[in-house]
This record gives sequence, C-alpha cells and structure tokens, in this order.
Amino acid sequence: MNPSFLKATLAIIHKDLAAEFRSRELLTAMLSFSVLVILIFNFALDLNPDVRQTVTAGVLWTTFAFAGTLGLNRSMAVEKDRGCMDGLLLAPVDRSAIFFGKAISNLAFMLIVEAIVLPLYAFFYNETRIFQWEFIAVLLLGSIGYIAVGTLLSAMTIQTRTREILLPILLFPVVVPVLIASVLASGAIINDMTLPQIMSPLNLLIVYDVIFIAVSFMFFDFIVEE
Amino acid sequence: MISVTKLTKRFGLKTILRNLDFQVARGEFVALLGPNGAGKTTFLRILSSLSKPSYGTVKVAGHSLPNESAKVRAKLGVVSHLPLLYPDLTAEENLQFYARMYGLTHYASRITDVLQLIGLEPRRKDLVRTFSRGMQQRLSIGRAILHQPEIILFDEPYTGLDQDASSMLDDLLRSIASHGRTVVMTSHDLIRAESLATRFDVLSRGMITASINKNDLRQNNVLDFYKQALES
Repeated sequence: MNPSFLKATLAIIHKDLAAEFRSRELLTAMLSFSVLVILIFNFALDLNPDVRQTVTAGVLWTTFAFAGTLGLNRSMAVEKDRGCMDGLLLAPVDRSAIFFGKAISNLAFMLIVEAIVLPLYAFFYNETRIFQWEFIAVLLLGSIGYIAVGTLLSAMTIQTRTREILLPILLFPVVVPVLIASVLASGAIINDMTLPQIMSPLNLLIVYDVIFIAVSFMFFDFIVEE
Repeated sequence: MISVTKLTKRFGLKTILRNLDFQVARGEFVALLGPNGAGKTTFLRILSSLSKPSYGTVKVAGHSLPNESAKVRAKLGVVSHLPLLYPDLTAEENLQFYARMYGLTHYASRITDVLQLIGLEPRRKDLVRTFSRGMQQRLSIGRAILHQPEIILFDEPYTGLDQDASSMLDDLLRSIASHGRTVVMTSHDLIRAESLATRFDVLSRGMITASINKNDLRQNNVLDFYKQALES
C-alpha cells in the first residue's frame, strides 16, 4: 500500500465523518428507521420468551439490512448529486482507495447505528444475550460483508435514475449468504451453542468478507468509469 | 501539451466524436465552441481521464490516456458547471480534503494563497452550503488550481452565474492564464470567450470543423467566425 493510497483513504473517511456529524442526515435516517422497525416487530410478534429467543437474530439482521441500504444510497448520493464523484475520480490516486474510504465510512455509520439499536432492542425485548462478545464479533463480520458488497453495488446503481429502487434489488440477492450465515451464527450464540457448533456459519462469513473485499478492490475501477 | 489524433468516442451505437484531431501548445488558452450536443463535454471528460476513448490516441502533458491516467490527473485541474464541492464542509475543509487527495504536504499556506486569489479568505470557515453560486464556482476554481496543475479544463464555467459573478470569474481566469498555464474552455458565451482565449476551435457533429488564432480574426469578430464554421 503506497502512502498516497492510505492518505486518500483516510482523507475520504475524515471527510465523510466530518460532513455527517455536521449534517446528521444519514445517521438520523438510519436510526429512525431502525427504531421504527424494532418497535413494529415488538408489536407484531408474540413476546413470550421462547419466541423472542427464536426471532432475535432475524429481527436484528432484517433491521440492519434495510437500514443499511438507506445509508449506502445516501452515502453515494452525496458524491453523485454535486459531481463530487468526479472530483474523487480526478484525484491522482488508485481508485480502489475511494472504495476503501467509502466502505470504511459506511461501516462506521452502520456500527454506530448497531451500537445504539442493540441496547434499545435489549430494553424492548428484555434480551441481554446480544451483548456477548461472540454476538458482537458476528455482528462485525456480517456488517463488513454487507458493506463491502453494498458499497460496490451502490457505486454502480448511483449512476442510474432509479438508484433507490435498484440498490436493494441488486444487493439483497448477492448478500443473502452473509445474511443467512449471520442469522445462523447470531441465533446459535443466543441459544447458548458452543463455539465449535457455530464455526460453520462463521467460516462462511469470513470467506465471504475476504472474497468480496478482494472483488471490490479489483473491480471498483471498472464500475466507476464510464 | 495536449495531442489528440483520430479520436472516436461511441456510446453504444451512437458516435459522439469522430476522428477528432486537436493539438494545444503550452500556454495556449483555447476556447472550444460549439452547439449543444456537439460533444464538448464528452471531449473534456476524455481529456481529464473520466471517460475512455473508443479509438484514437490521446496524450496530455506527455502521458498517454487511458494507460497513464493517474500521471495525467496529477497535472490537470478541472472545473465543470457542477461545483464538485461538499456543502456540509467549510471552504477551508473542502480545500484541505482535495489537498490530501492530491498528496500535497504542508498545504496550509497554499490553501491560504488560493483562498486569497479567489477572494474567499474572509469566508474560509463558512459552510459551502451558505455560498452563492458565484462563490461556489470561485471555490471550485480554487479546488482545481490547488495542486498547481499545468493544464486546466473549464467546462461551461459561466453556467448559472449572474453578471457580477461572471465578471469576477473573467478576472480569475485571466489571472490563471497569465501564469503560463494551458487552458481549454468550453463555452456558449462567445463574447467572454473572445475576451479570454488566444485560439478558437469549433466542435460540431463530433469534429473540429474550424480553428483560428485570435490574431487572425477579422475585426476580432468571433461571432462571424463561429457562424461560418457551423454553416460550412
């Protein structure tokens, strides 16, 4: 990794965080949506302890996946609407630095939302097993895979007129392995299974993360050029 | 500084640029004139490495495109009708961000110099979203010249500017050109182009159909030259 690559990546992360903490547009949208989904599930589902234990992983990952698309769309729309994507592409750096910068910012926003939603979920559903370190590790691995694919695809869909509709249509089929593995692994942790028992979905998550980070690194340049 | 030979650009079945030849020497200020849809913006996007040629050879600042695009981008500044600025950052923060993206070190004094040149030093701590269109365009020029590029491309820089803002932009462009930089500017504003450029090229139907130096214009009338070039 050359110094300009690292500098450019850090510059994009710093810029995204500074702009977001000033405007709070993206985080507000993601958080409001997440809280509403958690509340709707709370009313819609039967809250006896057995059902709660079964649905926790599914409810959380559904919430994060849909809230994540809001963030991904908004994050790239900021670059596209005022021509800033051209500004980034005109910089004399490897264009995969743009991918890593945007992906790390998107991951930071998703993790902030998760950090706020988890205590709320624990409060509403009286479920404290989601604070185990294994659960947090699965959350991190799942979020990395989701954001790697999501950032790549949002860079593609942002160039279309129907970007808000197109992103989830393209993203969810591709990200299904991450969601299945994340739900399986998180569900198993909540149900007190041992580490060897959850290694299979964990391995799938790790492999998916590595593959999609590598694929994004290789193809981002082709995706953003005309 | 810029050498383009038999450039063709196609989007699907549609040909935007056909066998276009274009040469610009160091220090020239070329106004690229032409009707809407002539291919001016596409041509500037190819010169700035944002788009790839379908056929032909493009060399900018001694480097060929698209193979050496990063080297070309380091020597190029681009101003388009969009500001390429972040509204939730201050003027200073926008320039700091681009300075880092261009790998500049010790850029604080350079940012101050640029802000003074474009007349925005007193507003350096203000968010760009509070700026008028004219101020944003001046900051956009500041962004483009921050890394002291050898070549600057302007794509319709006067779009959406009122008279006062346009006059300020005239002064700024003259100042930039006086430093020996090579400039290519697309514009529909023939009067402004006439007052700034040293050469006028007309791009029509994807080709350069006419080219003339300012000194060779009859009675300095670029409008007659433009009309004749489109009719021919």
